[in-house]
Amino acid sequence: MTAFKPLSFQDIILRLHDYWGTKGCIILQPYDMEVGAGTLHPATVLGALGPKPRRVAYVQPSRRPSDGRYGDNPNRLRQFHQYQVLLKPNPADMQALYLASLEAVGVDLTLHDIRFVEDDWENPTVGAWGLGWEVWCDGMEVSQYTYFQQVGGLDVFPVAGEITYGLERLALYVQGVDSVYDLAFNDPQSPDFQTYGDVFLETEREFSSFELEVADVEALRRQFEDAERAVPRILDQRGRQGQRLALPAYDQVLKASHLFNTLDARGAIAVAERQSYIGRVRDLCKACALAWVEFERASA
Amino acid sequence: MPQLLLELFSEDIPARMQSGAARDLERMARDALAGAELGFDAMRAFAGPRRLTLVVEGLPATQADRVEERRGPRLGAPEFAIEGFLRSAGVARDALVEREGAYHATLARAGRATPAIVAEIVPGIVGAFPWPKSMTWESGALRWVRPLRRILCVFDRVVVPFEIEGVQSGDVSEGHRFMGARAPFRARDFTEYREALAGHFVVLDVEERKRRIAEGARALCSAEGLALAQDDGLLNEVAGMVEWPVPLLGTIDGAFLDLPPEVIRTTMRSHQRYFAVRGEGGAALAPRFVAVANIEAPDGGALIAAGNARVLSARLKDARFFWDEDSRRPLESRLADLDGVTFHAKLGTLRQRAERIGALARAIAPMAGADPELAAHAGRLAKADLTTAMVGEFPELQGVMGSYYARAEGLDPRVAQAIADHYKPLGPGDTAPTAPVAIAVALADKMDTVAGFFSIGEKPTGSRDPFALRRAALGVIRILLESRLRAPLRQMTEWAGFSGPGLVDGVLAFFADRLKVLLREQGARHDLLDAIFALGDDDLVRIVARIEALAQFLDGEDGANLLSGYKRAGNILNAEARKGSIPAGPPASIPGAPGEETALFDALAAARPTVDAALVAEDFAAALTALAALRAPVDAFFDKVLVNSPVPAERDNRLRLLGQVREAMGKTADFSLISG
Repeated sequence: MTAFKPLSFQDIILRLHDYWGTKGCIILQPYDMEVGAGTLHPATVLGALGPKPRRVAYVQPSRRPSDGRYGDNPNRLRQFHQYQVLLKPNPADMQALYLASLEAVGVDLTLHDIRFVEDDWENPTVGAWGLGWEVWCDGMEVSQYTYFQQVGGLDVFPVAGEITYGLERLALYVQGVDSVYDLAFNDPQSPDFQTYGDVFLETEREFSSFELEVADVEALRRQFEDAERAVPRILDQRGRQGQRLALPAYDQVLKASHLFNTLDARGAIAVAERQSYIGRVRDLCKACALAWVEFERASA
Repeated sequence: MPQLLLELFSEDIPARMQSGAARDLERMARDALAGAELGFDAMRAFAGPRRLTLVVEGLPATQADRVEERRGPRLGAPEFAIEGFLRSAGVARDALVEREGAYHATLARAGRATPAIVAEIVPGIVGAFPWPKSMTWESGALRWVRPLRRILCVFDRVVVPFEIEGVQSGDVSEGHRFMGARAPFRARDFTEYREALAGHFVVLDVEERKRRIAEGARALCSAEGLALAQDDGLLNEVAGMVEWPVPLLGTIDGAFLDLPPEVIRTTMRSHQRYFAVRGEGGAALAPRFVAVANIEAPDGGALIAAGNARVLSARLKDARFFWDEDSRRPLESRLADLDGVTFHAKLGTLRQRAERIGALARAIAPMAGADPELAAHAGRLAKADLTTAMVGEFPELQGVMGSYYARAEGLDPRVAQAIADHYKPLGPGDTAPTAPVAIAVALADKMDTVAGFFSIGEKPTGSRDPFALRRAALGVIRILLESRLRAPLRQMTEWAGFSGPGLVDGVLAFFADRLKVLLREQGARHDLLDAIFALGDDDLVRIVARIEALAQFLDGEDGANLLSGYKRAGNILNAEARKGSIPAGPPASIPGAPGEETALFDALAAARPTVDAALVAEDFAAALTALAALRAPVDAFFDKVLVNSPVPAERDNRLRLLGQVREAMGKTADFSLISG
């Protein structure tokens, strides 16, 4: 194994903060809403757009209701943590920067098999796509690495590079553990040692039941429609500086997106309806993206 | 002679695009050099995970000088026209030659230096490169498959200087990311380059990478008395994912070995790109896999192999979850789920399609020797697995999973097998189903597809066949022919239950077309195909038997001669038909007629019942042999008897005789469509 003591889950996060902080990233906090992926944080979806350079990094708890396994599957979670880095424009040595970040969290690159495997990333609900890879470490996907080409249906220029680490998977690797629930959340030598299971197992159990069985489908549908109606209404309003209110409108897109995911987990979305739901969220997101770019260009 | 070496070094190129990229690079370089009139001895292109490489041997140092003559104004043209020509050609007045009524200038163009041309050609190729998917990066406008980072371009050991999108060409490249010096190196020709790459742990040639993977993997397996499951598609892909291939043997957690082997194999292949391993001599999956690493680790790859095994366990754990969840529900209950899935806006839901396939399979079953109830049951359930989690994860397991779930819930094994096999044959390399119930469902599935899409006007045109109707039709044809099934296509099409103007005829014509294509590929003469298809038969087995018998018959002397007799009879009859009506009714044996006429009459009377009986028995060779007996009398008849007798009764009877020859022969084929 690696020469030094493997990092705990929280130390991996701290190391990544430290590493990317020294590379000029603003270290943000997680967005305080339910999202399915770190990409959806406005700092990425909206931050990727417009002409301004940006470097941000943050952790984003990500909810995927249909991945709920009641805490029984040691590798699949309905809420997991993504570490998200956005570099706009992408630096020419971004692959090398990424590999050095793996070394920073204790992956010995001469002992493991790191691979960049084709993965054409797309997120149809936010009208985004890019080319890049999933990064494998000994066959396990530990990151996604994407050069954003479009977001909200708009061209991303300059191109933004996005790195998303699956923190649990990376930690499984770094700690050499088989079950996510056995991960050391903090230092095992600490008197208050906690495993990942100590921290999150109960959350997984309760929310799996809730999202897969209990959530009120009719209420979810209503809330989805409320959020959907809210977006154009908000975008029609102007702020004190004359700008359209893209940021609050985008919050409603996030709500709609998560409500859709929960409806899906409840099995309440017929296959034939799926595309239409995705299209509805995408249209909302596009409207926000347009309003945001308008503002960014005006203030650039 | 000088050598050109070009390397386009980028971030990681998708494996599936590499071989196409090597071909494109070679083709574009060939075209560009030809366009510049630069000849060469040999060219090779290579593609790997991070580089495209081109080496051209035997280029000249410069283009050849060119002399070309340009035609100017006619003699006696106005002075200003001549002046203009002199200026544009850059020659003096006294250099003009007068020929063919016009002034001509001889222009000598000095050949340019090859590097100067290369410096133009390469940016042109890069800018127009046909990647299936490409991207931009940073603030640039160039599109490449992933960011282009280095260009090595040397001609005759000298750098060819140019720049593409901020990348300056040079003589520098780099090797493996994690092994060896991990520093850039210089190379001035192909030998240096190839050796430097090897020294930096990069195998340039994909064939060499494939060889190392295959041999290494086989050696690992045989050391444990196991055998590698050959998988050329996977080998090609993996060879595009590693620069320095190191096969490693891993272990599948025994707790998962009760999952269907297809599930284990598909999990390993599609998620992890592992090769499957078989037990000694047997076809059974061994609890091992071969992963191919891109690095020689100091611990011999122990950590890497263990890591891969752990990932596989996690994947199989997911598969186990899908299996358990899917098994909780009987397939029958999934029909309700199919209600929510649109098959095609105009052809209803998958549920409706499943019901149609069930009904059609029931109707077809007796012809396939299958129990109609079993066929109907299997037909209704054939698509039920499309809503299972496992098929959602691995679409390529459709049918296979339905079959496993059917067995697990205790359905008749014939039903289970039919669910697994009803998509077959999936292509020319796949086998057609052979079990009766499976045949009935496979036919029903494909006939529903073809008749359904024809009924809504979605017919294939040219290269467009979005619903793969040609494949479906070919599947039907292969099933019928390979099992020698007597299933009339017209009836099957009608049973499919769709309606529309000309639907059945359109479908039959489509099948006839596909059968013709198939038989032509197998070497059948197209005129014989036409001659048989003109009969309007819709029994494929019979059609093929007819064609085979006819081909054999025409190969013989009797056949060839009878064919010319037929054509002569046909010409006479057609000519008479143009003049007026041809007398109807059977010929008579007229006393006092020429012997040849009577002989033909007798021969026809003798042959016709034999031909008819042979046709009923579908012994087409016998029918044609009976017709062959007409050859001598027909020849003699034409030699000695004047058809257009001035005596109307004689003429009528002779025309009736010829009409009967044509009719008798016409039951076996339309000979008028046969050439020769």
